Amino acid sequence: MSAKTVIILGALSGIAEATARVHAARGDRLVLVARHPERLAVLQTDLVARGASRCETIVLDLASEPAPDRRLAEMIGQAGGNLDVAYVFYGVLGDQHADERDLAAARSAMQVNFLSAAVWCLAVANVIESQNSGVLIAISSVAGDRGRQSNYIYGAAKAGLTTLVEGIAHRLAKGKARALAIRMGFVDTPMTAHVEKKGALWSKPDGIAQKLVALADRPRGVKPYLPWIWRPIMSIIRFVPPAIFHRTKL
Amino acid sequence: MTGYWTRLDYNSWGRTISVPHEVASPRFPDEIAGLLSDNSGHTTLPVGLRRSYGDSNLNPNERLIDMTGLDRLIEFDRSTGILRCEAGISLHQLNQILVPSGWFMPTTPGTRFVTLGGAIANDVHGKNHHSAGSIGCAVRALTLARSDGTLQPIRSGDPLFLATLGGMGLTGVIVDAEIQLSRIGSAWLENERIAFSSVGDFFKLAHESTAFEHTVAWIDCAAQGPKLGRGVFQRANWCNDGEYAAPKKGAEPSLPLDFPQWALNRHSIRVFNNFYNWMQTRGSAVRREHYQPFFYPLDSLRNWNRMYGAAGFYQYQCVIPTEAAKEAVTRLLQTISASGQGSFLAVLKTLGGKSSGGMLSFPMEGATMALDFANRGAKTLHLMAQLDVIVAQADGRLYPAKDGRMPARMFRAGYPLWREFATFKDPKIQSSFWERVSKS
Repeated sequence: MSAKTVIILGALSGIAEATARVHAARGDRLVLVARHPERLAVLQTDLVARGASRCETIVLDLASEPAPDRRLAEMIGQAGGNLDVAYVFYGVLGDQHADERDLAAARSAMQVNFLSAAVWCLAVANVIESQNSGVLIAISSVAGDRGRQSNYIYGAAKAGLTTLVEGIAHRLAKGKARALAIRMGFVDTPMTAHVEKKGALWSKPDGIAQKLVALADRPRGVKPYLPWIWRPIMSIIRFVPPAIFHRTKL
Repeated sequence: MTGYWTRLDYNSWGRTISVPHEVASPRFPDEIAGLLSDNSGHTTLPVGLRRSYGDSNLNPNERLIDMTGLDRLIEFDRSTGILRCEAGISLHQLNQILVPSGWFMPTTPGTRFVTLGGAIANDVHGKNHHSAGSIGCAVRALTLARSDGTLQPIRSGDPLFLATLGGMGLTGVIVDAEIQLSRIGSAWLENERIAFSSVGDFFKLAHESTAFEHTVAWIDCAAQGPKLGRGVFQRANWCNDGEYAAPKKGAEPSLPLDFPQWALNRHSIRVFNNFYNWMQTRGSAVRREHYQPFFYPLDSLRNWNRMYGAAGFYQYQCVIPTEAAKEAVTRLLQTISASGQGSFLAVLKTLGGKSSGGMLSFPMEGATMALDFANRGAKTLHLMAQLDVIVAQADGRLYPAKDGRMPARMFRAGYPLWREFATFKDPKIQSSFWERVSKS
């Protein structure tokens, strides 16, 4: 397989870094985008040492970028060539119960998780549509499958993102470009470090990363869940009647 | 989210102690200073993959810094074999990167699921100790973060460096390290197995085999009477065939649950040891073996520590100086075999004279023996106290990384530099082990 050009938006997340390593190990060209310059530099040296044929870093606040389409064109130029894979990784979990009272915080979480991510997805869609090649992978969440009292602000934003990317996939279906929203289950990353005891449903970022890259190589499946076990779990959760569901503390 | 969060699932490998900790999981070097020097009044302790058996990686009801998120390469010069990387990277990850380019760790312990930082903090040794020394011999420099806010590069030979080798994380957080790797001509080794029938024969074989880069022996600690001291000696060198590919295989099995306590008794242990002896001695004596099963036989069963049941187990590893080694090893085996509390795998190896200079480094010239004992409470502690007497009389010492119970006087007798070491200890870093052996 020839080296691919891979853009990672939100490159400092745990899953994003694991995914970048899989691409680096096979010699792909990487563009890492995130806010923190020193941390990006730490990733860059590592990924080059692991075999990435190129690794560019771009310091950018993705959530407040006014002109994503222009910035994306610059990134592709910097990477030199076509865009093969674009991952939209960034997001904030937020604090559901605090955000219910602090509406500014709720707004800002939804701005990051939905609005800004949606606009980046649209920008990527335009590029890969006109190339008639390339894959958009947006990281969504099982939290978007049904509103639950413990994290529905996050869930609603991810539901919106899932629907948007499904629409992009529909739009691109007649050509060769592809788009996927991945519904992610529980992954043991810094975002979830505060969870006390991690049971059997928790996955490690490395395994998830391998599967993400496999999906980027061969995008298929209408509604991918990672890991797969979340598909049956969420179909049960979606079909529990409200009378019963409302008695749970999920 | 960096910060400390209460976790209940941070135990050591022996699983005899189960306590809550507040755990931080940083991923970037810039997060360490804040985690070390807050004014909460708590102590903290850097930990890696927690393969130390006892309490040297525990800080009950206080804090831990899980370093496994700092696992990046900083510089890898493939022509000189000088590698600089963050301390939380595992030897498993390193092997995957190093082996295909013809390099290997200067030495490796019997599991690859340890971090580089943990390996340095315990100054680990391996099957090539008689030729390469411990890992500290190949460490060129470290970056150490301390609770006074400093982040200092320390070079080999510096007193703080010598305190940090084998210092169990107590001198500061090892953030990154630079090591000199060893060249390998293959991912495979040529391994010769030779059965021996007594402790004396073991020492004779070890003496004849010093030209081999790697040597180790398995010894049957359930054998009694005329069979006492029987075992299988292995000696190996790297092949030189340029074959770096790994054999294809599926996912490694994992032990999903704790064995019940009755599963492990003197009969099942005897059966296992007989079976293992048969396994090891059948087939041709010289075998070409991939490095993974050769160095890490137990890693092929994830969570093998659950075999010892929910009560956990102790490992007892001692080193005895050469002059007294033969007699002391024989007496240790007699005591264990009489107790009926032997273990599945007892390992015996001669160590060489090359020293890293680490103040609390375990290895010294002589013979080291390691055995597991299922935790049967007072009975097990009593047996280990009997073994302590034999080790102390022979001027030997115990390995802190394996220990969860040695008395303070045993530690102090074995490690006379402990007081000097204490002057380098970071005041905000603490472990159960240190608490136990340093306070009188």
